[in-house]
Amino acid sequence: MTAPMTEPMIARAADKRVLPTPFHARASALCQTNCWSSWNAYTVVDLYSTLEDEYFAIRNATAAFDLTPMAKYRISGKDGLAYLDKLMTRKMGKLTPGRVMYAAWCNDRGHVLDDGTVFHLDKNHWRLCSQERHLDWLLATAMGFDVEIHDESAEVAGLAVQGPTSCRTLKAMNLEGIENLKPFQLRYFPFDDTELLVSRTGFTGDLGYELWIEPAHAEKLWDALFIAGKPHGILPNGGQALDMARIEAGFIQAGVEFVPAAELVRPDRGRSPFELGLGWLVHFDKPIFNGRRALLEEREKGSRYRFVRLDIDGNKPGNEAFIYNGKKEIVGHITSATWSPSAKMNIALASLKMPWGRPGDELYAEIYYNRELQWNRLMARCKVVNDAFFAPPRRRETPPRDY
Amino acid sequence: MSKRYDVIIVGAGHNGLVCATYLALAGYSVLVVEANERVGGAAITREFAPGYSVSACAHLLFLLHPKIVADLSLERHGLKPAATDLHTVALAADGAHLTLTADAIDGNGVSTGDRAAYPLFLNKLRRFAGVLQKTFMTRPPRLAHKSMADLTALAKLGLSLRLLGRDDMRELLRIGAINIHDVLQETFENDLLKGAMGFDAVSGGNLGPRSPNTVLTCLYRLTGQLNSKGSGISIPAGGMGAVTGSLRAGAEAAGVEIVTGTPVKRILLDRDRATGVETSDGERISGAIVVSNADPKTTFMKLVGARNIETGFARRIDNIRMQGKAAKLHLALDGPPTFRGLEQTQLGQRLVIAPSLNYVERAFDCSKYGEYSNQPTMEINIPSVHDDSLAPKGKHVLSAIIQYAPYNLRAGWDAERAAFKQLIIDKLAEYAPGIEERIIASELLTPPDIEKEFNIHGGHWHHGECSPDQFMMLRPTPGAAQYATPVAGLYLCGAGSHPGGGVLGLAGRNASTEILKREKTP
Ligand SMILES: Cc1cc2nc3c(=O)[nH]c(=O)nc-3n(C[C@H](O)[C@H](O)[C@H](O)COP(=O)(O)OP(=O)(O)OC[C@H]3O[C@@H](n4cnc5c(N)ncnc54)[C@H](O)[C@@H]3O)c2cc1C
Repeated sequence: MTAPMTEPMIARAADKRVLPTPFHARASALCQTNCWSSWNAYTVVDLYSTLEDEYFAIRNATAAFDLTPMAKYRISGKDGLAYLDKLMTRKMGKLTPGRVMYAAWCNDRGHVLDDGTVFHLDKNHWRLCSQERHLDWLLATAMGFDVEIHDESAEVAGLAVQGPTSCRTLKAMNLEGIENLKPFQLRYFPFDDTELLVSRTGFTGDLGYELWIEPAHAEKLWDALFIAGKPHGILPNGGQALDMARIEAGFIQAGVEFVPAAELVRPDRGRSPFELGLGWLVHFDKPIFNGRRALLEEREKGSRYRFVRLDIDGNKPGNEAFIYNGKKEIVGHITSATWSPSAKMNIALASLKMPWGRPGDELYAEIYYNRELQWNRLMARCKVVNDAFFAPPRRRETPPRDY
Repeated sequence: MSKRYDVIIVGAGHNGLVCATYLALAGYSVLVVEANERVGGAAITREFAPGYSVSACAHLLFLLHPKIVADLSLERHGLKPAATDLHTVALAADGAHLTLTADAIDGNGVSTGDRAAYPLFLNKLRRFAGVLQKTFMTRPPRLAHKSMADLTALAKLGLSLRLLGRDDMRELLRIGAINIHDVLQETFENDLLKGAMGFDAVSGGNLGPRSPNTVLTCLYRLTGQLNSKGSGISIPAGGMGAVTGSLRAGAEAAGVEIVTGTPVKRILLDRDRATGVETSDGERISGAIVVSNADPKTTFMKLVGARNIETGFARRIDNIRMQGKAAKLHLALDGPPTFRGLEQTQLGQRLVIAPSLNYVERAFDCSKYGEYSNQPTMEINIPSVHDDSLAPKGKHVLSAIIQYAPYNLRAGWDAERAAFKQLIIDKLAEYAPGIEERIIASELLTPPDIEKEFNIHGGHWHHGECSPDQFMMLRPTPGAAQYATPVAGLYLCGAGSHPGGGVLGLAGRNASTEILKREKTP
């Protein structure tokens, strides 16, 4: 028998391919399934206990998710806002210190490189938080601007704390005044001799916060959070439960709803913001931003695809299904799908070829499922849903009620 | 805004003047704004010592397109040659020179095989250069575009390749993929011959004879011969400034307004459209169309501003390879120099110091590591032999292109300029003993000097290397390779655009054609 590995041994071993996050020791202690996955070169838990428990923690109590692997870039300098205005399709002028904005950015072809959140941390300091890594593009975009770009991904640990009792939990952690934090605001709190940054943001479409701290204080943060959250039903959640929640919220994900344009081998396979339901993030009334010319042309000539949220008849999940029109022609496919316990609907996100997905279009998902080696095929009727499948009013309440 | 023009051209290089004249002839009101006190860009004649003038950058005329000379009546406006169809003399330190013409070699020690191969080889290359030249007069096709014009241009290129015949086409593909060293090596024996021929392929580029793309640059240069019966190399009376002087006269006759001594600080934009220029003294001049004769990096990174163009495009512009490696030496001499073994009647020819391919390659090697060549290679001419307007009677001026002098010299040019100049003069003295005693005045322009005097980023001969990744539909970079740019109403017309550099004029002409096609008629 070999001796059990010590923590440094684990870390060293992990160093070869994937890094442990600063929450690794805590997460692995709570992980009952040993289901891990690799995300941006970090190991993160996919499933701690059961999908049901974790999902319901998000929707009915509080769930904590380790989002340290997110890419984080510090943008500093006096041209920061002008820089962001060139980078993003959205007008960033409303982004004042203490605020966060959701935005997407494109290449010159108007195809989405990624979407993410921009935190205005302080005068002349911003942080861009995204799923994918973009240092190269961010640096190239900095030509001509008085800004500095610094990859601080490894210098900031992040925890998403989401769910109806998340505010109470944080109050119990003595984050004074947290209940007054409005959606897309951020605030610093003293914690463990350092600063804890809390933003009211998240990927669940629910009441929730994201906590950001220096890695050295990460474990203490985790401990304080779980102690405070215990009476409020806190559980850690992994990637699987988060995925269900984000589909319910109708949020797109890089690598799923679109292939980040920088990773494309076939450049025409990208998606524009219009083709991802992000048209509201495109502001032509600023002189320049990446993709502007191409997107203007698209606005004139029409898009190629339409992003839709679908309510599918029955309860068989429609993962990766083809979508047909009434004439049995393939008009698109599903990119994400799940049963939604909260909406009690069989839901999906899909990319349809134009012009399909108009009100009144007949659409069917071709779903295959297997019952003890017997394959069945189903043509399930789909309905386009305009908004999020699940959007509880508490997500916007300030102060939130004590659930 | 004080004034308004249909077209404002930034820069009065020969391409800017050509473009301006074609547009004015078509009825546009055109203003040319030039930073320097005189027009001509890198094709000028200027005094470098009291009483001594020389073509300050480009010094031999071999590419200028006959159609431009005719269309713009340059001869009527004063262009005339002082000498035509110069021979190339491949200098040997021991005086056993070779004289190369368009179809023969004169000199001792050349094998019968080399003599026989020479015209055959050049004829073959001229056929290939012909294919290349066919693309010179039209805008390069856009790739992955299905417009008729693009498809036709591609089809034409394909057709002219096919018309070469199977053997030639195969041969072109073969040598196109190797380098001029290997091609010359398999064809000729004589080192002096190969050295001088190899020099032609690398002059002006960041290339040695063994570098890839050197067959392309060789063919590019050879296109100049296709318009002439001889070598096609000439010296204009009055120097290169006479070419641009006649262009200026033609431009003004066509109604072009020209202001000099007026650097453009930036190109004015309204959103993504160019609306005019702002000069360094703050004057704003508006124009419906802005055309830039400045190199692409200067145009976009400085005049438009990197922040005003999209990132992908900005990155491609930033990546354009354009570090000059050619320096320019000017000597005022108190009498004709004597080159060992060279008859004085030959003094007015094009003299090349490139005694072997390895010599040139070694000269290039130094520059790869940020050093100047310790044994430089040179192209020399003494225009005062043909033209007594350049120096006082009995005196002479010598003009030489020196390679290699890297733009980014590791030790810095301020520290090394004097030493390099001395080294060049010593090298010259190996061939022309006693020349140093005849020097009255001298001037060395390194690439940073050329950058400063002529406002060319990197001091690069072509405003960007002529290599396949920066050639034709990729010149200077996709998105701006058809003269139009991502900035609406802004066009490029300089050497950085198709077909490329040299005093050729086609970038300016093609740009005007494209503008006339795309913009509303004046
Ligand atoms: C050392 C050397 C030797 C050469 N020898 C030869 C040769 O022998 N034969 C040959 O054919 N070619 C030669 N060339 C190449 C040739 O000189 C150039 O390719 C050619 O002159 C380029 O012409 P152009 O009109 O495109 O640009 P340029 O001649 O560079 O003209 C551009 C003009 O724009 C102006 N400009 C730039 N920025 C601004 C601004 N902000 N505001 C206003 N004006 C501006 C510049 O001042 C300049 O006048 C040589 C080049 C070098 C460097």
